[in-house]
Amino acid sequence: MPVKIGIPRALAYYAYYPFWKEFFQKLGLETVISQVTTKQILDDGVKEAVTDACVPIKVFHGHVRDLKDKADYIFVPRLVSINKEKTVTFCPKFLGLPNMIKTSMTGLPPLIDIRVDLKKGKLELFKICYRLGRKFDVGLWTIVKAYSSGMKAQAKYQQLLNEQYSPIEAVNILDGEDSLLANSTDPKLKFAVLGFPYTIYDKFVNVDIINKLRKLGIKVLTAEMVPPKILLQQAKKVPKNLFWNFSNQVLRAALYYLDNSKVDGIIHVTAFGCGPDAMVDKMIELEAKQRGKIPFMSITIDEHTGEAGLMTRIEAFVDMLALRRERS
Amino acid sequence: MKITFPYMGTYHIAFKMLIEGLGHEAIVPPKPSKKTLTYGTQNSPEFACLPFKILLGSYLEAIELGAEMVITSGGAGPCRAGYYGVLHQKILQDLGYDTKIVVMESPFRNIFDFLGKIRSVIGPSGVSWWTFGKVFRKAWEKLKVLDDIEFLSHQIRPFELKRGDTTNVFSKCLEIIDQAGTIPEINEVRVIAKKMLNDIPVDRSRQVLKVGIVGEIYVVLEPFANHDIEITLGEMGVLTHRSIYLSDWTRESTGYESTQKVIEVASPYIDELFGGHGIYSVGHSILYSKKGFDGVVQLAPFTCIPEIVAKPILNKVTQDYNIPVLTVFLDEQTGKAGLQTRLEAFVDLLAQKRDKLEGIAI
Repeated sequence: MPVKIGIPRALAYYAYYPFWKEFFQKLGLETVISQVTTKQILDDGVKEAVTDACVPIKVFHGHVRDLKDKADYIFVPRLVSINKEKTVTFCPKFLGLPNMIKTSMTGLPPLIDIRVDLKKGKLELFKICYRLGRKFDVGLWTIVKAYSSGMKAQAKYQQLLNEQYSPIEAVNILDGEDSLLANSTDPKLKFAVLGFPYTIYDKFVNVDIINKLRKLGIKVLTAEMVPPKILLQQAKKVPKNLFWNFSNQVLRAALYYLDNSKVDGIIHVTAFGCGPDAMVDKMIELEAKQRGKIPFMSITIDEHTGEAGLMTRIEAFVDMLALRRERS
Repeated sequence: MKITFPYMGTYHIAFKMLIEGLGHEAIVPPKPSKKTLTYGTQNSPEFACLPFKILLGSYLEAIELGAEMVITSGGAGPCRAGYYGVLHQKILQDLGYDTKIVVMESPFRNIFDFLGKIRSVIGPSGVSWWTFGKVFRKAWEKLKVLDDIEFLSHQIRPFELKRGDTTNVFSKCLEIIDQAGTIPEINEVRVIAKKMLNDIPVDRSRQVLKVGIVGEIYVVLEPFANHDIEITLGEMGVLTHRSIYLSDWTRESTGYESTQKVIEVASPYIDELFGGHGIYSVGHSILYSKKGFDGVVQLAPFTCIPEIVAKPILNKVTQDYNIPVLTVFLDEQTGKAGLQTRLEAFVDLLAQKRDKLEGIAI
């Protein structure tokens, strides 16, 4: 029976899942993914995680718990950097994630807590994959093949994102399911909904904000839908880069949407108590205010976020912007 | 030019001397107060940490006093403090102030940027690099005296006969230190201040508990942020030792542990630098346990990510090394009475634990 690698459906899953899934499967291992976030997963996470952590971290603990009896290993990589930008790393919670899991949870299968620090050099990712492969006694040639098909899967995934599919839809398409663009073709308004991929695309955590907006006739654009090259070009508009990879993406996407007037409004979805977001949120607010054209709203989510409260705020925002458009 | 700087513990005395020595007028921000906090919270993002809010508040107060430039430190992350300068500048701009914030980044990262910024400060007042070096050395000496005296005050406070003596004498010491202008004078006040503190009537026979203080640098160093935790504990008869002093890394008189050693002892628990003082909180707690301390207090601002990561790891340290850790998250809502109650309970438990160990408890 092949070894089962458990991949939690949380945090980095929303950005790099296709690569790891393809890589592990081509190594001849089986991948098990935790189920979609539910109340049970959130509750489990809240029980296990440190009280002061943000909701995505708590949800991550819940997903790890879900995999406890389903997998032989759980994949919790330590993400340090994923590109060449020297000053950019991840939120400290990503840096300390395997340690947090190890110290606060017991009875887990062994963790694969490999350190991913790609700014060291071009071959770094391959070296990491090689070490992973050797861990499971796989030959070099198979590792090379698994690595390259992983890269291919990730490239295809990125291309789907550039075509304005959401990460979830893109993963579905890679799995061979048909997924039509859910954005309506003749939208009333266009919104940029920005935030970390793991808050934007986890329907349970954010009370399905994207589909709620779509039902109101809004076309939703996210940070992932701006091609990486264009995102990088936005970097020079701020005096100093933020230190966190996902935060940079959010801020850069905000600057892109602000300057290209492609949207009618910007919504920033942030988790309660999120450290990096406190900075990002204020930066977007001030940049939007300075330009004075595109309205900005920030929505904070936590483990108690209710449907009614969120709906009221979204509806009010949509109505105001629709009114504004009629007047102009 | 009128220059201000972050207010932190007693260090404004040394910073003031540095700025004045460079031919500028130093605007010392008022000691942080409710007003500072109100100014700060009003204009800061909700989830920014307490240091961000206090600093913004004190910059605004200093601007009211006429400050035209702020000199502060930078950083390379992943702790948010490294981005304070940029965001503070944006917020001040948005509020309509043209005060410039000069952020000193590490010279090891970009030496030209570092020297350029110093030049932009000393250039306009016509101060040579030579004078800058001399003034900087003087300020550094003063900083060391400030640390020495504060360290000593925490050593004496739990033994004082009359509660409050040490704190009174300490504030007199600060006044004297402020007066010293040359290196011989600084050396002289070091001796005088030490004597003043050592002359406080004490009862050395007291059995005191020893508590180490770890955590995020600003809330550890600034008494307003931590509600005078070291004084509060000292007056409960607890000897406190804090893991951070600014002048630490040059000498050992404050019980200094090299960063290398701290990281080394923390490495079985976490071998990644995850920003801020997170890893040091873990390492120092282990070292305190090894040195026979009775407990550790971890101080952190609310939403401080590195300390949140350190917290579950400290739980494990508590189990392995048998050292109790009290984690206190501080924000603008933290009240002194609540903190006092928690500290009293913690100290009571520590005392019971020790008595049990010594076989005194029933």
